[in-house]
Amino acid sequence: MTTAALPDQPESLPNHARNLGTPLDAVMFEGHAVNRSAAERRAASLTTRRSVKKTHQAAWLVNAIRCIDLTTLAGDDTEGRVQRLCAKARQPIAPRIMDGLGIAEMGLTTGAVCVYPTMVPHAVKALRGTGIPVASVATGFPAGLMPLHLRLEEIRWTVDQGAHEIDIVITREHVLKADWPALYDEVAAMREACGDAHLKAILATGDIATLRNVYSASMVAMQAGADFIKTSTGKEGVNATLPVSLTMVRALRDYGDATGHRVGFKPAGGMKSAKDALAWQYLMKEELGNDWLQPDLFRLGASSMLGDIERQLEHHVTGRYAAAHRHSLA
Amino acid sequence: MNTITDILATMDYGTAPEDSAIVRDWLKKNEAGFGHFIDGAFTAPGETFEVRSPASGELLASVTQGSDEDVDIAVKAARAGQPGWASLPGHERARYLYAIARHVQQHARFLAVLESLDNGKPIRESRDADVPLVARHFYHHAGWAEIMEDELPGTTPHGVCGQIIPWNFPLLMLAWKVAPALAAGNTVVLKPAEYTPLTALAFAEIAAEVGLPKGVLNIVTGDGRTGAAIVAHDGLDKIAFTGSTEVGRRIRRETAGTGKSLTLELGGKSPFVVFADADLDAAVEGVADAIWFNAGQVCCAGARVLVAESVAKRFEDLLEKRMRQLRVGDPLDKNTDMGAIVHPVQLERIRGLVEKGVAEGAELVQGTAPEGCFFPPTIAMKVEPASTLATEEIFGPVATVTTFRTPEDAVALANNTRYGLAASIWSENVNLCLDIAAQVKAGVVWVNCTNVFDAGAGFGGYRESGFGREGGREGMMAYLAHPKPKARKPEASPAVPVGQPGEALPGAGAWIDRTAKFYIGGKQARPDSGYSYPVQGASGPVGLAGLGNRKDIRNAVEAAHKAKGWGKATGHNRAQVLYYLAENLSARASEFADRLVSFGAGKSAAQAEVDTAIRRTFWYAAQADKFDGAVHQTKSAHVTLAMHEPLGVIGIACPTAQPLLGFVSLVLPAIAMGNAVVAIPSQSHPLAATDLYQVLDTSDLPGGVVNIVAGERDAMARTLAEHDDVAGIWYFGTKNGGRMIEEASAGNLKQSWVEDGAARDWLSKDGQGRGFLHRATQIKNIWVPYGE
Repeated sequence: MTTAALPDQPESLPNHARNLGTPLDAVMFEGHAVNRSAAERRAASLTTRRSVKKTHQAAWLVNAIRCIDLTTLAGDDTEGRVQRLCAKARQPIAPRIMDGLGIAEMGLTTGAVCVYPTMVPHAVKALRGTGIPVASVATGFPAGLMPLHLRLEEIRWTVDQGAHEIDIVITREHVLKADWPALYDEVAAMREACGDAHLKAILATGDIATLRNVYSASMVAMQAGADFIKTSTGKEGVNATLPVSLTMVRALRDYGDATGHRVGFKPAGGMKSAKDALAWQYLMKEELGNDWLQPDLFRLGASSMLGDIERQLEHHVTGRYAAAHRHSLA
Repeated sequence: MNTITDILATMDYGTAPEDSAIVRDWLKKNEAGFGHFIDGAFTAPGETFEVRSPASGELLASVTQGSDEDVDIAVKAARAGQPGWASLPGHERARYLYAIARHVQQHARFLAVLESLDNGKPIRESRDADVPLVARHFYHHAGWAEIMEDELPGTTPHGVCGQIIPWNFPLLMLAWKVAPALAAGNTVVLKPAEYTPLTALAFAEIAAEVGLPKGVLNIVTGDGRTGAAIVAHDGLDKIAFTGSTEVGRRIRRETAGTGKSLTLELGGKSPFVVFADADLDAAVEGVADAIWFNAGQVCCAGARVLVAESVAKRFEDLLEKRMRQLRVGDPLDKNTDMGAIVHPVQLERIRGLVEKGVAEGAELVQGTAPEGCFFPPTIAMKVEPASTLATEEIFGPVATVTTFRTPEDAVALANNTRYGLAASIWSENVNLCLDIAAQVKAGVVWVNCTNVFDAGAGFGGYRESGFGREGGREGMMAYLAHPKPKARKPEASPAVPVGQPGEALPGAGAWIDRTAKFYIGGKQARPDSGYSYPVQGASGPVGLAGLGNRKDIRNAVEAAHKAKGWGKATGHNRAQVLYYLAENLSARASEFADRLVSFGAGKSAAQAEVDTAIRRTFWYAAQADKFDGAVHQTKSAHVTLAMHEPLGVIGIACPTAQPLLGFVSLVLPAIAMGNAVVAIPSQSHPLAATDLYQVLDTSDLPGGVVNIVAGERDAMARTLAEHDDVAGIWYFGTKNGGRMIEEASAGNLKQSWVEDGAARDWLSKDGQGRGFLHRATQIKNIWVPYGE
C-alpha cells in the first residue's frame, strides 16, 4: 500500500474526519425495509415540493457546478480530450457569465474531474496548481470482474499516478448472493489500498436492482470504510434515479446516526439537465441538510449536465435563451 | 440584497411565487359581487357576505347569501331541467361531462390559483392534487353516463339533488358531488361552503362555457342557513352532504320521513398504524401526507398515529426531523408545504382543542408557523385513548402518537373510535397488512400509503363517518335509485298487542299446549316482560306470542354481537347452512302452510308463500359466495380491492303481511352476507317466524346469527334504531314508523332502510334481488401499491 503524500493537496477534499468504518454489522441492514412504492412517491414529491427561482436558482446551479465530478469515461479518451475536460473544469462557465452573476472572484471550478486510470497522469498535469482533485475509476471498471489482487494493484498504481479519489466498483455477485462478509472484505481491502486517497464505492444500483439490496450494499460499503457511496458506473441499464438515491442517503444518514461518521454521496449517470442538478440538491438538503450540499460530501457524476447549467446561467444573466455552440466544449 | 455569494452560504430556497394576476383580474371584474348561478345564468348579487383570503386576510369577493326564496327558485329550475337532462341519451350527457373535464384542464392553473387564494392551501396541492382529481372525476363519470344503461340496468336517477359541500376541498368536493349526479341524469342545486365559494362560481362559468343545458347545474351560495333551506326544501329527491358529523346528524333527523334519499360523508379520526417491520422513513413521509396535507383539514386524515412500541423511539425521532423540514406560509409560494388554516374560526377551534389536550397531559412537538391564520405542524405525544386529542376530530395539522404492543392491540386501538372513514397500515408483511385491513372498521384502507384518491374507487365511511360512497361503481349507486315499489294502500298500524289472557284458543285441550318463545343467541327465551299477547287468526285468536320489550332487544343485540364467526365464515360455509335451512323448511312445508292458513290465508296463497320462502332461501344461499367485490381500475402499480363486508348487526322490523315470506325475504339476504340480525317478526302474526327457530336450530345456524323478538314493532324498532351498537336498521311498516326510525337512527348514524310495509308483494320479483344484498353490505376499498 502506498503512503506517498498526495501531490498538490486540493482544497476541496473533505474537511471533516474520514469515515473509519466499523466491523461488519448485519444488524444495521438485514431486514431493513425499503418500500419501493413509498420511495417513488417521495422522490416524485421532492421536485414538486421545492422550487428555486431567479437568483436563487442561479446560486443553486453554481453550487451544482462546485459539486460536479466532470467526467469522461470513454474508450476513445486521449490526452487531448482529457486536457480539454480539465480546461472546462478550471473554468466551467464563460467569464462573461461569471461577471454577470457577480462571482468573477470566487474561483469557481468543478468538484473534480473523473477519468480512467491511464488518463490520470494527463489530468494531474493539466490540473496542477488548480486545487481540483483528480478522481479515477479503478478496480476493473465498470464490471469489476477481475482478480482481486489485480484490482488492488490497479488502485495502488492509480494513486501513485496522482489520483486523489478512487471510484471503485463492487462485485455485484456478492450483493446478489447476500455474501456480505465477502463484500465487506473486498471494500475494506480497497480502502486500505487507497491509502490517503478517498474511496468512492460504486454500487451499480441498476445491477443490484432492489432497494433493499441498495440499502444493504450501501451499509456494508460504509462499514468497510467508503468515504463516498456512489450509485452507478454510468454503464448499467439504469443509472442514478431519485428513489435509489433516496435509499442511499437514508442509509448514509442511518450509518451516521449510529457511528458518528460522515459519508458522502455521489449520484452518477443519466443526469443531464440543470433540472436534474436541482432535483438532487433538493434531495440532499431535505434529507440530510446543507452540509451535504458541499463538494466534500456531495458530488454529481456527470458530463453533459454542465453544458445545460451553463446555458441556464447565461439565460439568467442575459434574459435571452442561450445556444450551446457559444459555450466552450468540455 | 441576496447575491449569489450570500445564497451559496445559506443555500436557502428563497421564494417561488405563483403569479395570481389573471385570477385577481377576474376577481376585480366581479368586485360588484357574485350572484347565484341558477337556470344557466348568474343572478344579480343580493345581500352579500365577504370572502377573504385566509393567508392574508384580504377581501377577495362579495358573495350572495342565499335566501329561502333563492333556494326555491334554484330547485324549480333544477326540477324543470331534470326530465330533459335525464332523457338525453347517455352519450349526450357523456359529451357534456367530457367537455367539462377538458375545460377544467384548460383552466387548470386558473382554478388552482383561485382555490389556493380562497382556501389557503398550498398551490402545490391545488395544482397537483385537487384540480387534476377534479378533471379525472369528470372524465370517469363521462364514462358512466355513456355506459350506464348497459352497466347499471334497472336504475333511474333520483331526480333533483341538493348538495352541500365543505371548505377543505372546495372544487374537488363539488366534482365528487356533481359528476356522478349529472352522469346519472339528476340535476343539482349545490351550495359551496361560505368560506370557499369562489371555485364553485368559476366552475359555473365553465359549465356555461361548455353550454351545459339550463337548470342542470345550479349553485346557490350562502352559509348554514342556506344549507338548511336546501335540506328543508320539499322539492328535492336526494340530499348529499359532506361535512361535520354533527351537521350530518341534524340532516338525518330533518330529512326523516320525507322520502328523500340521503348520503353523508362525515368526519373521521383515522388510525395510522405503523408496525415494527414497516419502512419507517416511508411511514414518516406517510404521516406528512396524512396530517400535514391541507394542514390536516382532511376528513380522512390519518390523525391517530399508532406505532409499535419496539420502534417508537426511532420513528418519533424521524418524524420530528421530517416535521422540522416543513415550510409553512404563503399558499402561493411553490415552496410552501403547509398553507393557512381556512378561517380564523377554525384556527381558534384547533387552538382550543390543542390547549385542552395539553391540559390533559399531552406533550407537543411543534414546527413553526408565521403570524396570522396559520397553525404549526404539531405532534402530540403521550396521548391516551381517553384524551380529547385522541377522540375529537381536530381538523388541523395535529398528529397524535400512541404506542401499541401487538397486532391485536393495534386493531383494538384503531377501532376505538366512533368514526370509520379511513385507515392507513404500514408493514412489509402482506399477511399482516391484509389481516389488519380486514379487521379495521373503515371504508377506505391504505396499505403502505395514505390519502390516495381516484375517481375509479369509492370513498366513504363506516360508522359515524356516514354512508354512501363517492367514486367508482359504488359511487354511481348513490345517485341512482332502484325503482321503488309503491303500495296501493299503505300499511295500516297493526293492532296494539294486549298482554292479557282472553278468548279460548282453537282446539285447546286437543293437543299439548305449545309456547312460542323468542329466539336469542341460539336459545329459546321467555319475554323479559312476562307478558304474552294473542295472535289473531281468521276468526279469533290462534295462539299466544311473547310481548317483547327493550330488554329483550338489548339481550338480542348482545347475542348477535357474539356471533362473530359468522361474518368471517366463507361464503361457501354460509351457503351450506342456508341450503340446509331450505332443506329443513321444505321438509316441514305443510306445517308452515297450515300455520299461514290459520292466520286466514287461502290454502294456495299459503302454499305459494312457503314455496317462495324455500326458493328464496336457495337464491340467497346461491348468492352467499357470489355477491363479491371488485378490483378497481385506479392508479398504476396499485391493486384497489373493493370488498363487500357485512354491516355487522342489523335490526329488521318485518311487515305485517306475508308473515313468513316477509321475514325470510329480509333476514336471508342479511345473513347470507354475514350479518347477524335482530328481527321483529310481523306484529300481527309473529308465530310464522317463531315457528322458524326450530328450523334454524336444526340447520346448524350458529347461535346469535338470527334473533327473534316478537311484540310491538314500532316500540322495539325504535330501541334498535337508537341502539349505538347496531349498524343498520331495516324497517318495513307505516309512514309514521318510518319517520321515527330515520330520526332515531341519527344517534350513531346507522344505515337505515325504510319502506312502506305494504309496498312489496313478497311473492313477486320485488321480494328479492341484488338490491337487498347491496343494503346488507358496505364496501371497503383497500389500496395496495406494489413494486420491489
